[in-house]
Parts: sequence; C-alpha cells; structure tokens
Amino acid sequence: MNRPLSAEGFEAQASSRAQNSALLNIRSVAKTFGKHAVLHNISLDVAEGEFLTILGESGSGKTTLLRIIAGFEHATSGEVWMGGERLDLLPPYKRRVNTVFQNYALFPHLSVEENVAYGPRVAKTPAGEIRTRVDEALAKVRMQQYAKYLPSTISGGQQQRVALARALVNRPRLLLLDEPLSALDANLRRQMQIELKTLQREVGITFIFVTHDQEEAMVMSDRIALLHAGELEQVAAPAEIYSRPATAYAAQFIGHTNLLEGEVQAGVARCQDLSWQVKLPDGPVSFSLRPECIRLAHAVSAQNAVYFRARVVDYAFHGASELVRVEASHGHTMTVRTSSHGKLRGEAELEFDPADAVPVRRPK
Amino acid sequence: MFSRAYKLAISLPPLAWVAIFLLVPYGLMFAYSFWSVSSAQNIVHSLSFANYAELLSHRVYRQTLLRSAWIAARVTVLSLLLGYPLAYLLSFHAVRKKNVLYQLVIIPLWVSYLVRAYAWKTILGTDGVLNTVLQFAHVASHPLGFLLYSPFAVVLTLTHIYTPFAFLPIYASLEHISRSLIEASNDLGASRVQTFRRVILPLSLPGVLAGATFAFVLSFGDFLAPLLLGGPSGIMISNIVVNLFGASYRWPLGAAISFCMLSLVLLLLWISGRLEKRWAYS
Repeated sequence: MNRPLSAEGFEAQASSRAQNSALLNIRSVAKTFGKHAVLHNISLDVAEGEFLTILGESGSGKTTLLRIIAGFEHATSGEVWMGGERLDLLPPYKRRVNTVFQNYALFPHLSVEENVAYGPRVAKTPAGEIRTRVDEALAKVRMQQYAKYLPSTISGGQQQRVALARALVNRPRLLLLDEPLSALDANLRRQMQIELKTLQREVGITFIFVTHDQEEAMVMSDRIALLHAGELEQVAAPAEIYSRPATAYAAQFIGHTNLLEGEVQAGVARCQDLSWQVKLPDGPVSFSLRPECIRLAHAVSAQNAVYFRARVVDYAFHGASELVRVEASHGHTMTVRTSSHGKLRGEAELEFDPADAVPVRRPK
Repeated sequence: MFSRAYKLAISLPPLAWVAIFLLVPYGLMFAYSFWSVSSAQNIVHSLSFANYAELLSHRVYRQTLLRSAWIAARVTVLSLLLGYPLAYLLSFHAVRKKNVLYQLVIIPLWVSYLVRAYAWKTILGTDGVLNTVLQFAHVASHPLGFLLYSPFAVVLTLTHIYTPFAFLPIYASLEHISRSLIEASNDLGASRVQTFRRVILPLSLPGVLAGATFAFVLSFGDFLAPLLLGGPSGIMISNIVVNLFGASYRWPLGAAISFCMLSLVLLLLWISGRLEKRWAYS
C-alpha cells in the first residue's frame, strides 16, 4: 500500500474503502454504567485491512468501546456487526476478534511459545499445525530465540511482541490493541509504532488501536476516530483531521492551534479587528488557524492575506521549528510556528491566508 | 537506617518467646524420648532407644499412625472438594454478596471447637436429629449405629472444622489471579471450562497446596474429635499420646511418638514449601 501524497487523495481512498467493504459496523452504540453515560450513540464503520485509531483522553470512553467490540462489555443499546454478522450477541470466545491488552496479560505459568500456542490449542488445532503457526508468529515478531522463556523473565517490549504474536497466530479478522505501547519508554515506543504499522501492512489484518497519544495516532493510522466525553468528534484520515478539524476540540487535541472566535455578517468574518471574506451563514463562528499558517508579511504577498501587527512574548525551540507566542495588536495571544530560528523577535508584521482559517464547530 | 541496639531491642522479645515456648519444650520432648520410666514410677535419665524400638515393634502404634494419616487424607480431600468450589464461587461470581459470604465462612471459626464437635454428637447419635428424621421418613427402620463413634463421624467433624482452613488460602490465590488473564483466555477462544482448566486451576495450585497442608496437618494431630465422636474404631494417634502422658504415665514413649509425628509434619511442610515455590510464577 502506498501512502498517497495528497491529503485529498488519501481521504478519498480511505472513505471509498469504508463504503465498499466495511468489515465492522458499529451502529448507534451507547453504554451507561449505572447512571453514568460513558458512550453516546456511537456509529462507526471500519474497512477491511484498515488501521483505525480510536483517540481520546482518559475517560473519553475509548477503552469501553474497544471492550464492547471484544465482548467484555455489553452495549446498553445499539448493535455491532462484523462481516454481515451480528457480533455483539456472541460471547468473546466465539468472536474472530483478538485483543492485545494494555498490560499484555500473558499467562505467567506458560512459556512464550505456550502462550502463543494457547489460541490454536483451545481451538483443537492439530499439533503439527500448531508448531508451524507458532514458529511463524514468533518469527514475525522476532522472538523465536525466547520461545522457552517465561514471561516474567523477558522485558516489557519483548512481552509486547509476544502478546502480539499470541493474538495474530489465531488469524483474527480484527485485532484490537488497547494502549499497547503506553508502558514502554519513548524510544522503544517510537520503534514499536513503526514495527506495528509495518506488521499490519504485512498481515493485512484490520487493526483498531486505542491510544491517548495524538502523535502516535497520527504516525500509525489510516484513519483516526476522535472520541471526546463519549461522543465521536471526528472520524478522518490524520492529514484531514489535522488540516480540516471539524470541531474546536479536534483542532486543539490534535497538534497546536489558534482558536479565533468571531462572527459572520454578510459574508465577512470578524474576529476582534481582523476580518476577511467567507462563504458562511451569518452568526457566531470559531476558526482554527494552525501556527504554521501564520507567516511574516512580505512586501509581495497573496492578494487577500489577512495582516496584523504583533509583539513577540515568548518562544520555544522545537527542533526543526520554533514556536513563538505573540500578542497581536487586536489583543489576541497567538502561536506562530516558524522554521527560521530567531528571525521572529520584537515587533513584527504577520499575515495568514484566509483559506487556512478553518471554521470549526464550537463546544456545546 | 536503624541502629544495631534498636534492631536488637525489637527482635529480642519475639526471639526469647520462640526460645522459651517452642525450642526449649521441643528440646525437652526430644530428650524425654530417649529416657525411660523405672518400676518405681521415676523417670530414668539414661540414653536408650527402647521407646523407638517399642514404637516399631507394636502393631497398634503403627496402625493408629496409619489410621490417623488415612483419616487426615480423607479430611484433606473432602475439605478441598468443599473449599475450592466455594472459594471459586466467591471469587468469580459473588459480586455484591462477596463480603457477606466471606463472613459466613469465617464465623464458624469463632465458635468453640467443643461446641461444634458436640453439635455433631447430637446430630449423629442413635437418638440424634439425623436418625430421628431418617426413621420418621421411613428411610431407616431402626437407628443407624455407624453414624456416631466411628471414623466416619471423625472425618465428617474434622471436615466441618477444617474446611475454612482449606478455603482461605485457595480463596486468596484465586483473588490474586489478574482478571485480565481470564479475559485474555476468553479472547483467545477458550470457553469457561477451558479457561478454568488451563489458567485458573494451574494458577491457584499454590493455594490448593497450602490449604491441603493446613487441613492435613491440623486433622492429623487432632485428638478431640476422635475422643468425642470416634469410639474405639476411630482412635487417632494423638489420643494415644494424651493417654501416655496422662493415666499411663509413660512420658518417654509419648515423647517418642510425638517426635515421630513432628518429623512427619515437618517433612510435609518442607515438601509443600518446595512445591509451592516451584508453582509460584509471578
């Protein structure tokens, strides 16, 4: 699978796949624990072979949604379908869905290879086939030389790989991963992100990956389903969700952004004393403006760019770029990302292209 | 962190306690087992192996020792058969009633042993509750004699008394099993029965072993239940020891038997400790 270069092309591909061959359909699923509503009316289609990430803060309901798909929780209302079959009525052990647990949940009394052989064994697979499949699965995660070890004697990253092999050996139609990388340190996590993504392409199994880490979601996913307080904020490819966030929450949760609050009157948006032409109905409005979309004003600029003067308040080094906090003459504090280090200091004239100010739904 | 004087000060009292109330009496008992009683009913302090020789040559001691072990083995199996399902039910299926049920298992331990043993006497006797009910229901035409004053009565009573001791370590080991392992097993396609056999049972074995050790060791040395409910056929080794230290006034022989029992128990504890270590994974 080649990653298309343009966001639009990718988005088109992802959505067409979702329509043509949805493997999993989540239909109006809601979940309440006692009086506490954890999920409200979630509907989501996941395409065959897709890497979908459910992204959300802790308490957003992402793990509950995953557990409903796995069968450890029952939805209060709604249905889950997989490949044209009602999934939510089956017990967990009859679903062709496997889970990689957050704490790995490896059986402490079984060796690495016995852990991996667990699924095929309870399915009464012939012994010879179990052997080859276990070897294959361990090879895929490069853990063959640890086959005889007990889980307690290998490292966290290795346990992670074994958990993955133990799930994949069953050839599930859908693999669920519940924050599997959260216990690993930063370097290992980055390495595992790439490994996981590569592995997913190799085996072609649909992955639903749960995380609270937006960067992780961006790196790995075909699509991101952003969950907030039990509701889906936006479901889109990483590039789209970044460049076209649907809600103020999505814009702020994924990457940095500047939220401009204002009003539209007769085709003109006004935020403080900035104004530009828009094709939006009259009324209050919020815009998300990414820090990298603000630049130093040049003598020769785009015709309809929006100008403002600003004073640098603060700046922080971020490797390839620099994040500069400025106070604009109209009173807003805004963040600007620039790749020319140290150039934006003191007083400056800034501008942005109105097309980069994306109207977003405001919080209810 | 703490000074040597402080460490010494806090460890001295328990050490002294163990020495005075455990090591010294056991040492004395060990010494007694090599002494003898003269015809004038005095303890003769001279080394001899006569007590151990008598122990080996007389069938009654060997037989009673074997019978005690056999009764203890039956009590162990029965307590495990009762205690395990109860612990399993409590740990995995009693969500809200967990504490109440747990208390119900524990409360009998607060009732005096004697009261519980006498309770069985009134249930099992020829005019007891059970016989009366059986005759009333025309299941039996005359009172069943084997119920009381038999090894059966001893096994039943000891099972009643020591089941909580088997239950507690099993319950603790079941509570210790991470619930995500059960979910992982279900997730990998194992049914409830398969999950029990492949995950829950092997991980609870250390608890089963500890429970079995408790039940066996405690019932092996018991003397009240056989005294009250055993009758002549239900005599256990401790009854003989009590008698030798009492009416018979043969302390040296009693000490020799006690020392054999102690060795047996220590051997059992050592084996179960070894096995427990091997079965503990995490």
